[in-house]
Amino acid sequence: MNTELFGIIATFAITLLIAIPLGKYLAKMFAGEKVWTDFLKPVEKGLFKLAGINPNEPMNWKQFLKAMMTINILWLIYGFFELIYQDKLPLNPDGNPGMTADLAFNTIISFVANCNLQDYSGETGASYLTQHFIFMFLHFTSAATGIACGVAVFKAFRDKTTTELGNFWNFFVKAITRLLLPFAIVISLILTFNGTPASYAGKDQFMSLQGDTVHMSRGPAAQMIAIKHLGTNGGGWFGANSAHPLENPNYLTNMTEIIAQFIIPVAMILAFGYFIRRKKLSWVIFNVMMLGVMMLMIPSISSELGGNPLIAKMGVTQATGAMEGKEVRFGPTATAYWSTLTTVTSTGSVNGMHDSFMPLTGLWQLLAMMVNGFFGGCGVGLLNYYIYLIIAVFISGLMVGRTPEFLGHKVEAREVKIAALITLLSPFLIMAGTALSSYILVAHANADWAVKPSAWLNNPSYHGFSEMLYQYASSNANNGSGFEGLGDNNIFWNVSAGLVIFFGRFLPIIGPIAIAGLLAQKKYIPESAGTLKVDTLTFGIMTFAVIVVLNALSYFPALALGPLAEYFSMH
Amino acid sequence: MKTYIIQAIRLTVVLTILLCVIYPVVISFAGKLSKGHGDGETIVVNGKVVGYANVGQSFTKPQYFWGRPSAVGYNAAGSAGSNKGPTNPDYLKDVGKRIDTLLKYHAYLKRSDIPSEMVTASGSGLDPDISAKSAEIQVKRIAQYRKLDEKKVAQLVADHTEGPLLGLFGPSKVNVLKLNVALDQLK
Repeated sequence: MNTELFGIIATFAITLLIAIPLGKYLAKMFAGEKVWTDFLKPVEKGLFKLAGINPNEPMNWKQFLKAMMTINILWLIYGFFELIYQDKLPLNPDGNPGMTADLAFNTIISFVANCNLQDYSGETGASYLTQHFIFMFLHFTSAATGIACGVAVFKAFRDKTTTELGNFWNFFVKAITRLLLPFAIVISLILTFNGTPASYAGKDQFMSLQGDTVHMSRGPAAQMIAIKHLGTNGGGWFGANSAHPLENPNYLTNMTEIIAQFIIPVAMILAFGYFIRRKKLSWVIFNVMMLGVMMLMIPSISSELGGNPLIAKMGVTQATGAMEGKEVRFGPTATAYWSTLTTVTSTGSVNGMHDSFMPLTGLWQLLAMMVNGFFGGCGVGLLNYYIYLIIAVFISGLMVGRTPEFLGHKVEAREVKIAALITLLSPFLIMAGTALSSYILVAHANADWAVKPSAWLNNPSYHGFSEMLYQYASSNANNGSGFEGLGDNNIFWNVSAGLVIFFGRFLPIIGPIAIAGLLAQKKYIPESAGTLKVDTLTFGIMTFAVIVVLNALSYFPALALGPLAEYFSMH
Repeated sequence: MKTYIIQAIRLTVVLTILLCVIYPVVISFAGKLSKGHGDGETIVVNGKVVGYANVGQSFTKPQYFWGRPSAVGYNAAGSAGSNKGPTNPDYLKDVGKRIDTLLKYHAYLKRSDIPSEMVTASGSGLDPDISAKSAEIQVKRIAQYRKLDEKKVAQLVADHTEGPLLGLFGPSKVNVLKLNVALDQLK
């Protein structure tokens, strides 16, 4: 018990020890200052030359977004066809079939969007070719896309008045060569030497000790698992994700994977402060986010350690806590710790099955994804938080009766409108999706789909409702974890969740970059006594209050029908 | 716009070579130096592979230590948890049945002796481990079936209990396959 607690405290401490210097490094590196990884410059030069790109060409916010969207749409088209025809392509030792059109639609959007919701199972639904050439490729590039967009916002606020947000290709490639790839190499080696397979050998067959024939799925998984965490992606090699004993063989790999998925989101916040030379602002943001994380994490750990009261009634001991859907080598403490971090960031990889967690833990997981701004995904976490900041600046401005300003730029109607629309987008996508699926479940229970609506839910009653709510919350937040009991591989879920993922990814990137671009063009107003200071404790609390109020108003009714109702029904 | 499209295509090709060919192949070669040569670590008895060190397998016979219940019957060609919610009545019935089965084979146990992990399914369906307590409750049954000294079997469990990482971090556990391999060699 105590060693489990030490385990997560050590994990958390190591995360900060890596993330803080990493933030400083990222700020310098993206600003083009001298850093120790400059020996990689020739590699980047080669890449740019082969791609015909001039990395120093300036872009305004519209050009920046165009370049970003072009390459993302290219991946969508190319990946869609590769998934459909994976059975006819090489590197498919297990002879897995091609994907159906609706499954490929969902899968490719999901991976391009850094979401990694998986309606297929890796062992039976993907070939080694698609696992590497699509999934692992997109693990790198979707994370780099997010980071590049984050850096564009950094750039907008460093220069007093500017129309240039930097070059998308430059930030994008550097995010890979200077951050993601080096870390991925180290992490995949740690995994390989702890038992995760890394070779291209296909399925193995052997006779077990008591005489059963066993088929063992394998493959070059270590390479993909490293970047799936680092890039807050979460799409795993095996169906059971990081609960699988080959994907996450022991406590050391568990620590490694959970550290890997949290360092970049934390480092990006700190990098923001270094980059715009307002360290205090990024520490205020860091503290607000950490407060949010702790408020989600501590009750999660406590409710998992408490065990399932309905099982307690049967008389068995739950000395280690609630164990359904969890693995002995991690224990409930580290599993609950993981479940919080994987939902506050957009990772969505799991080392225990979220569907089987206690109702209140499910509530915290859902809420973490609904807020989607406590560190969040690689790069995009800051963009989401930045929308909350604009709303907070606007409300504070109204309260004191002054034109709201953010870092020396007037925030006017156009910017607030964009921010408000982005804020409303999440509840709209989540609620409309859940309402539609609930309606179909009741009114068209026998629709002739691959999984009939009457068979969608693996659990009855309130928990079944939570499964649907979770699917859309996860899609919108580009998280990708699931209440996996949901029968989601059919045209309804593949298409509806696919669309939610697409809009939930790209609108919350386009909105903040547009706001940043618009603000940066405006005349810089020097700070005066009347300026609203955004790097103070007061404003931090104000932002936190805005986050709480907005999300409580948006989601309380749905949460009451799902996890809260389930909690009260079991006590 | 057209330049962006061409640049995007060319960059995608170049990055594919770097990230999907060079990177994984290098790691794959490095993996050859690891214990399982990058194929996954196996356990060999009398020259035959009997399983993967990290992957649980089904033990249902009474002369072996049992692992945790599995939602996929330890079929390692796939992997999954039960995904049953904590209040699901069918699920709670299953748990009740598992308790009854355990009590049937271990008449000497009280309900409160049973750790919950022995009646709940793991996340992967392939959990290789149980807690030391879960192994201890099976010692008497195994000693009876194998006509062994109970103390010897208990000692075996103690020898196979792996402590936390560096003695400090995480839970302790017993690898069921390794324990059973050693059990077969016990005279």
